[in-house]
Amino acid sequence: MLRKIRITLAVLFFMAVTALFLDFTGTIHSVLGWTAKLQFLPALLSLNVGIVIALVLLTLLAGRVYCSVICPLGVMQDFISHISGMRKKKRFRFSYSREIKWLRYGILALFVVAVVAGIGSFVALLAPYSSYGRIVSNLLAPIYGWGNNLLAWLAERAGSYAFYEKEVWIKSIPTFAIAAVSFIVIAILAWRGGRTYCNTVCPVGTVLGLLSRYSVLRPVIDTGRCKDCSLCARSCKSSCIDYKNHSIDYSRCVACMDCLYNCSHGAISMRCRLNKSAAQPDSVCHEPSETGSVDSGRRGFLSVSAMVAASSIIKAEEKKVDGGLAVIEDKKAPVRANPIVPAGAGGLRNFAQHCTACQLCVSVCPNNVLRPSTDLTRLMQPEMSYETGYCRPECTRCSDVCPAGAIRPVSTEEKSSIRIGHAVWVKKNCIPLSDGVECGNCARHCPSGAIQMVPSDAADPESLKIPVVNTERCIGCGACENLCPARPFSAIYVEGHSSHSIM
Amino acid sequence: MNRNNIDDKRFSRRDFLKTLGLAGIASAGISSCLDNGKKNVVPASGEEPSKDSMTYRVTPNTGDKVSLLGFGMMRLPTLEKGEGQKGDAEIDQEAVNQLVDYALEHGVNYFDTSPAYCKGFSERSTGIALARHPRDKYFIATKLSNFAPATWERENSIAMYRNSLKELQTDYIDYMLLHAIGMGNGMEEFENRYINNGILDFLLEERKAGRIRNLGFSYHGDVSVFDYLLSRNDEYKWDFVQIQLNYLDWKYAKDINPRNTDAEYLYNELHKRGIPAVIMEPLLGGRLSNVPDPIVARLKQREPELSVASWAFRFAGSFPGVLTVLSGMNRMEHLQDNIGSFAPLSPLSEEDFNFLQKTATLMMKFDTIPCNDCKYCMPCPYGIDIPAILLHYNKCINEGNVSENSQDPDYRKARRAFLVGYDRSVPKLRQASHCIGCNQCSPHCPQGIHIPEELHRIDNYVEQLKREA
Repeated sequence: MLRKIRITLAVLFFMAVTALFLDFTGTIHSVLGWTAKLQFLPALLSLNVGIVIALVLLTLLAGRVYCSVICPLGVMQDFISHISGMRKKKRFRFSYSREIKWLRYGILALFVVAVVAGIGSFVALLAPYSSYGRIVSNLLAPIYGWGNNLLAWLAERAGSYAFYEKEVWIKSIPTFAIAAVSFIVIAILAWRGGRTYCNTVCPVGTVLGLLSRYSVLRPVIDTGRCKDCSLCARSCKSSCIDYKNHSIDYSRCVACMDCLYNCSHGAISMRCRLNKSAAQPDSVCHEPSETGSVDSGRRGFLSVSAMVAASSIIKAEEKKVDGGLAVIEDKKAPVRANPIVPAGAGGLRNFAQHCTACQLCVSVCPNNVLRPSTDLTRLMQPEMSYETGYCRPECTRCSDVCPAGAIRPVSTEEKSSIRIGHAVWVKKNCIPLSDGVECGNCARHCPSGAIQMVPSDAADPESLKIPVVNTERCIGCGACENLCPARPFSAIYVEGHSSHSIM
Repeated sequence: MNRNNIDDKRFSRRDFLKTLGLAGIASAGISSCLDNGKKNVVPASGEEPSKDSMTYRVTPNTGDKVSLLGFGMMRLPTLEKGEGQKGDAEIDQEAVNQLVDYALEHGVNYFDTSPAYCKGFSERSTGIALARHPRDKYFIATKLSNFAPATWERENSIAMYRNSLKELQTDYIDYMLLHAIGMGNGMEEFENRYINNGILDFLLEERKAGRIRNLGFSYHGDVSVFDYLLSRNDEYKWDFVQIQLNYLDWKYAKDINPRNTDAEYLYNELHKRGIPAVIMEPLLGGRLSNVPDPIVARLKQREPELSVASWAFRFAGSFPGVLTVLSGMNRMEHLQDNIGSFAPLSPLSEEDFNFLQKTATLMMKFDTIPCNDCKYCMPCPYGIDIPAILLHYNKCINEGNVSENSQDPDYRKARRAFLVGYDRSVPKLRQASHCIGCNQCSPHCPQGIHIPEELHRIDNYVEQLKREA
């Protein structure tokens, strides 16, 4: 029963979080957005005390239920492990292994240092929810997008407006590669060893493991009933049941309840710690176990190197048009001294400290503005650029969805007065000067009226007009940069502000 | 929209007077062909049109027996290039041949082309299709399309004329036109193109020599050039003149654009001189077949079995002074439907005529942009797909999907149809938001549309729709 509840909830949570990353229409977030906000690391980084305390209490009460139910990466591994177990004679492929303490705590220590030092890319690399988000938004979302585009294609032919086409593009090649590699590594680890990743690498798993050692409810082996058949140990995906000593390593147990269901002698049951009838030591110093113990860390490392070599990256083909139509050159991003981050982030420092690089905002950005950074210090953390779209005034989706407090919720009114950057004019690219024609497309589309057109020759009021920017009124939305006819480099571009200000 | 409101008031007030005035002229013009077996109604589709009942008109000067339906070669069928990008598609010669064969078989014998059409390939394509038939079975009309200042040189203009003969695989032209006089800056440009270089004299000589059988001109824009050429008719002896005529332009051409001239004036000027009129844009590039839903209902209610387009063709064909009505037909269905309208013509009755004039008045209340998709404005140097944007806007107006008021019950549906359809019809980079207003397009527009103004207006509307998310 407990196991069935666990599986049902896990599937629901898993589908909900996955849907958040796939849905680009923004309709699901209003209903299911809380499933992302429940994630441990984002909640911790956004200082969402209520959720953090609730998760701590949950773990102290019932062990690492979080890992089995709420964490989408954990459920994904269970899913892969389950398929692996459906192979002949592979259902009972696990065996007890000792905890690799130096690796677990070593990674946790590095992780804490990285969080404190604000090395976002390292944090993002290891955080389980971020990994999952990266995998879905880079590997699954394109397939979902193509599926949608097929429906849109059919709808167009049927004269229906039910589906519309969505551009599918690789937003950052390094992030895509990291997502692909982490998926392959985690999938292989799960295929062979169940929850190896969660119990050796995952820093959230390690933290919760510290707590779950002392959980009130936990599975306990009844030495009287146990026949030492090893069935429980061989089906334990966490490899944490030492059946010979009748002990369970609760720091690694993810409370999946599989052992309760697998034991044919009814020897394992959930027991309350406060009830002293079952005399079992909380944690035992374990014997080194026999055959199956595997140095997962080393294996993981080897797999990573192999996969880096094998993964070939497919370039997304941009739609090229030609015709009785002039060829339009693709825009190129200018070199920005400061990256641009969305309104609600407050500034670069706050953003870097909170962002877990889960890619949720990148997935939902309808204007193709947000993409993962390729800069090494901010690797995978999103930043804005305006080659394919600009930050539209009616949209606040990234701030609506961010679970980590990196982009705080803002209303459209607030957003329209937050300066995230300012426009800079590049004389040599400006069309009135280079082509000798009237333009003013930047001024026409500036939502805050920060751009005026003035005669290029002050002495001649009839001369062609060029834009001037009132940086006090500019909010850095990028409408001017995106709609500037100069290509590949715009004649006006946005320079980010390291700390945002209100107009 | 403001424009709409202004029109609304003006026309509702004038409506009555106009209709009254019309009835008089109409009865005068049409009475001659009323006895032609009224209500010989042709079904809109389905049945094979008859092969031997085409209505013909005879030219006074050469005695040519010209089919009332003429084949316009400006919009030819193209090979699909995928992605819906028709801008650069190649002409589908196979389809052209098939259409031409079918047209000839059903009595259509007038083919109108120009060196400028279809990025310069129309004449060649027309020549290939027609050369497969005996030369005396059809009439070729082409033009001296010396728009570019580089072709104003006498030698260059003559070279263009000689090239037309070569492309059309013939040694004489049945109908030769000075192309779109009145365009650009009017009289000055006309003189540069045809008078100062002696080209008009050259063409008159060619007519004398028999290599041009009929000489005429087509008119858009500045009416003073039209008036001037007619005032010199005794000298030039125009064999025919090509004008834009349809039930919308009959009275409203000037209201749609002050630079244009009502067809009523143009036609009457020709008719009183006995000059046959060749009709272009009888359907306004399809805008009179793709009309707003309430107009469809109105027309269908009167003649449920007739196509919407057939009204426009019957309107143009009912004038006795009309020699032929040109239609660009790039689909077999269009060709069949049009042959149905003219084989034989069932002329409009006086009531029909009044009915169409009222319909025109109603149509003026819809804020469609008078773009006929001729693509003269293209290519835009900044990559905008101008006709695609204007046509999408018109389509949405016709389907009732342009709504200014977010309180409308259908606002959400209309908004979605407009925005989703916009991205489907025009790639994002070619949409109106990228129009910089350089205005290099407008001078080429025969309908005198102020293109940047319209694009910016549409862009504002799109912006408004997007913001009311």
